[in-house]
Amino acid sequence: MAAADELTFQEFEEATDLLAKTPDAATTRSDQLTPQGHVAVAMGSDESYGAEEETEESDKAMLLQGEKQQPGFWTFAYYQSFFDVDTSQVLDRIKGSLLPWPSHSFVRHRLRNRPDLYGPFWICATLAFVLAITGNLTLVLAQRRDPSIHYSPQFHKVTVASITIYCYAWLVPLALWGFLQWRKGIRERMGPYTFLETVCIYGYSLFVFIPTVVLWLIPVPWLQWLFGVLALALSAAGLVLALWPVIREDTRPAAAMLLSTVVLLHSLLALGCKLYFFQPLPLEHMASLPQATSLPPATLLPSTLPRAITTS
Amino acid sequence: MAEAMESSGDGGTAAPRPLFAGLSDISISQDIPIEGEITIPMRSHIREFDSSTLNESVQNTIMRDLKAVGKKFMHVLYPRKSNTLLRDWDLWGPLFLCVTLALMLQRGSADSEKDGGPQFAEVFVIVWFGAVTITLNSKLLGGNISFFQSLCVLGYCILPLTVAMLICRLVLLAEPGPVNFMVRLFVVILMFAWSIIASTAFLADSQPPNRKALAVYPVFLFYFVISWMILTFTPQ
Repeated sequence: MAAADELTFQEFEEATDLLAKTPDAATTRSDQLTPQGHVAVAMGSDESYGAEEETEESDKAMLLQGEKQQPGFWTFAYYQSFFDVDTSQVLDRIKGSLLPWPSHSFVRHRLRNRPDLYGPFWICATLAFVLAITGNLTLVLAQRRDPSIHYSPQFHKVTVASITIYCYAWLVPLALWGFLQWRKGIRERMGPYTFLETVCIYGYSLFVFIPTVVLWLIPVPWLQWLFGVLALALSAAGLVLALWPVIREDTRPAAAMLLSTVVLLHSLLALGCKLYFFQPLPLEHMASLPQATSLPPATLLPSTLPRAITTS
Repeated sequence: MAEAMESSGDGGTAAPRPLFAGLSDISISQDIPIEGEITIPMRSHIREFDSSTLNESVQNTIMRDLKAVGKKFMHVLYPRKSNTLLRDWDLWGPLFLCVTLALMLQRGSADSEKDGGPQFAEVFVIVWFGAVTITLNSKLLGGNISFFQSLCVLGYCILPLTVAMLICRLVLLAEPGPVNFMVRLFVVILMFAWSIIASTAFLADSQPPNRKALAVYPVFLFYFVISWMILTFTPQ
């Protein structure tokens, strides 16, 4: 409790509470909010805090709708509103995704209901390039150990990586948002997340894979799988905890199905990346790879003229 | 004219003399010669200016553009805080550098494998779309640099990496080995750092202070990817 960042974090909460208390003019919404007081769900001891947070969110939403005329989608200012973040805010959001905590919902505390597009876009770009580059580096390192492997830059992997990561990080949130909108009627308490908030949740949750992919350079297989499982657990936990407040009130089968689909898709992405970009290079393992998409023939070709980057 | 007719008709009766009363007395049967030049004093200068660029020799035209490009190359190689790159932007330099880099980086046509270095189009797309994306990012974050100025700066700052590519190709003519690789690695890292320093010297001032890192990071990623492509180039 004595850490300096804990203290500053609590300052934020007091500030947002004060902010929530002063704009008290939303009378129409307060009717909908009165049943909140006597809902008791087991999510730890901050249920009352959760209720205040909901007040704050809907009050803020009402205020923002009333005050700010959203510029039309054809103007540049519309898109500028999605990049309205500072360096410290982006770093704060990244830290929030790396350390998911049940009581501090990512959308409330970190995004503060002001999602940005900078984080998701550049995290996806970085992850795509880092995947392709480190996948190529493993080929370099393998060649140093075993000179019969033919090195090639494998530039097409950049294209594959970027398409995969961007489709995952933008189409899956679209599907999730659509699903949440469809189930919107079941929830009394809380509105569903906006599309940008789901994109932010997914985008920032992919950040933990960047250091993991770099650590996958270490050519020890069990260590690679360990890192992969750890990163997947952290990332999926972040996703689930961010989505839990919205799914909580849904029927049990629907909530369970949604969460398990989210986790399953995430694990498929991690597994696919690991197997496609970091193929185990000893030749006897090549036959057992489940990936159908192009096995790089480079590793099996008799090398024509291996003008290699490094020779051992 | 109708007023004049009326006034001449009433000329004899009214006490105050109407306008144009004596007009009918003037005989305009003979031509009044009109002389003199109706020329604007500046016009002769404009005419000279027009003909000076239209009628100049082709060599002059080309040399003027080449000198502008060369001056900007010097500004990139010795980055100082100056506005020349920003004020008189042009895209000839970036085009020339991008085409040179893409030509040098593309794998030979004899290579039919799918794996290999980037094709010409891939390098071209990465450079231009990368520059456009970084520019859009910088503008969306609230920077006050114009679109083409930013493209100009990013394109010109590829010059150190193009030099690195030339050096790498020369070094690759020698025998392969770890020394070969180390030399190339050192050269590429040095030129990468030079590109980053040159571009941030021009671009960083245009961003709001609390978002500088957000605007500079994509530039770093862009030049890192280009450096990676240069370093992994293996001639077939």
